[in-house]
Amino acid sequence: MSSTASAHATSTAPDGDVVVAVRDVHYAAGGRPIFAGLDLEVRRGRITAIMGPSGTGKTTLLRLITAQVPPASGQLTVFGQEVSTLGRREIYALRRRMGMLFQNGALLTDMDVFENVAFPVREHTDLPEPLVRLLVLTKLQAVGLRGAAQLMPGELSGGMARRVALARAIVMDPEILLYDEPFVGLDPISLGFILRLIKQTNQALGITSVVVSHDVRELATIADDSYLISEGRVAAAGTPAQLKASDSAAVRQFMTGSADGPVPFHYPAPDYATQLLEADER
Amino acid sequence: MTPRRPGTYLLGGLRRLGSVTIFLVQLLIQCVPALGKPRLLVMQIYNAGARSLIIIMLSGLFVGMVLGLQGYDLLRRFGSEEALGIAAALGLLRELAPVITALLFAGRAGTALASEIGLMRATDQLTAMEIMAVDPLRYVAAPRFLGGVIAMPLLTAIFSVIGLYGAQLVGVQLMGVDRGVFWSQTQGAVDLHDVNEGVVKSIVFGLACSLIAVHEGYHAEPTAEGVGLATTRTVVASSVMILLLDYVLTAAFL
Repeated sequence: MSSTASAHATSTAPDGDVVVAVRDVHYAAGGRPIFAGLDLEVRRGRITAIMGPSGTGKTTLLRLITAQVPPASGQLTVFGQEVSTLGRREIYALRRRMGMLFQNGALLTDMDVFENVAFPVREHTDLPEPLVRLLVLTKLQAVGLRGAAQLMPGELSGGMARRVALARAIVMDPEILLYDEPFVGLDPISLGFILRLIKQTNQALGITSVVVSHDVRELATIADDSYLISEGRVAAAGTPAQLKASDSAAVRQFMTGSADGPVPFHYPAPDYATQLLEADER
Repeated sequence: MTPRRPGTYLLGGLRRLGSVTIFLVQLLIQCVPALGKPRLLVMQIYNAGARSLIIIMLSGLFVGMVLGLQGYDLLRRFGSEEALGIAAALGLLRELAPVITALLFAGRAGTALASEIGLMRATDQLTAMEIMAVDPLRYVAAPRFLGGVIAMPLLTAIFSVIGLYGAQLVGVQLMGVDRGVFWSQTQGAVDLHDVNEGVVKSIVFGLACSLIAVHEGYHAEPTAEGVGLATTRTVVASSVMILLLDYVLTAAFL
């Protein structure tokens, strides 16, 4: 793929600035190859967008970064540590420096909003109750849901659940925040809230952010760097503006959402006429 | 579809046994820190135990009453109705109370455990804990496992007491067996060995049922179908395991 080369063109940052580095990573799930030589990096303090059509393994990339699954081959370093060589204890230590926002929020359903946000604090620290309360209320205020502290997760709308999950993800002040499809299924107002929050947490708290999504228009407004993943590798990389100006047909099809292009409308199938006739014969 | 060869089933079974054993070891390791969180543990004993109380008490009463009727009818043929107390007490303590409690527990608390943990898996709650560097085995699985293990002997004891009362109700109040004879015979015939048999059985059943429920839930496919399947498998596997272990333990105690 001709534009893959441009992925490396962004690798100009000094090593200390690279929080996540993915080098020639291969990964397969259930015999189906997901990544075949993936190369990308996430730089400190920036919002990196990972885009791609559904099923390209965007969520799998987050699973690799959070060390839930090891890559089949290749190098994947987070904070300079090669994740596949880490033991369980080291993985947990690494994860304490991360936060992740799940698509559905993944709030613990047996506790209220306040307790959900307090959960990581209670598990990892021995802070006295007044301090926990202060910390949780500050984070809830930041996402605009201080008033919803006593609600149960089942009483929240999708957008609210995601904001609570964001409060929970930032309560331990992580260095990197991973967002898994944060815009899916939101109404325009909630979407606006989430966009603003992603930008704010990045700018005000200086948290490095990785946003995995296929919502090109939303990402273009907040991303500093973008990667477009297709067929297991980076198809294009650069700023959102650079991606839009790409001359690759595959990149253009994705960015404009066109039905015509290298990605076919039809899932691979035997010849249409032959199959119809076969059915007739039966 | 080609039929699977017997070897495939055997290998599958062995693999499953291995996976359950490894899971049990990991779970037991996590039980130590889980004991340090009494609030979580009490909550799970409440969920598995207190919430099963009504069904256990009602079943205990009816099983005891049936035992009273059947026992009375049988013993009357030999002219030894006074032995009804012994028959009911021994039957309940050694056999019926642990087995029926465990079967009911598997249906009530076991399915609830499996589906709750399975749904937590399906809604990414377990993964979210992993990402927050909290081991779900320690936070979710271990307290539920311990809760079940602790609740089962308590429920069995309650079943026995109410069952015996049910047998007395029918035998003494309805059929006219002498109250004094009923209780004195019972007191004389039941010894610690009989009580121990029930206690050991209930603990073993508690371990088996809780392990199966937590394991099935924890490893459920993260889909609606997967959670349903985990729940079904919990009941089937627990019931078979209870009856199998019951035979082994009864043989060991004779």
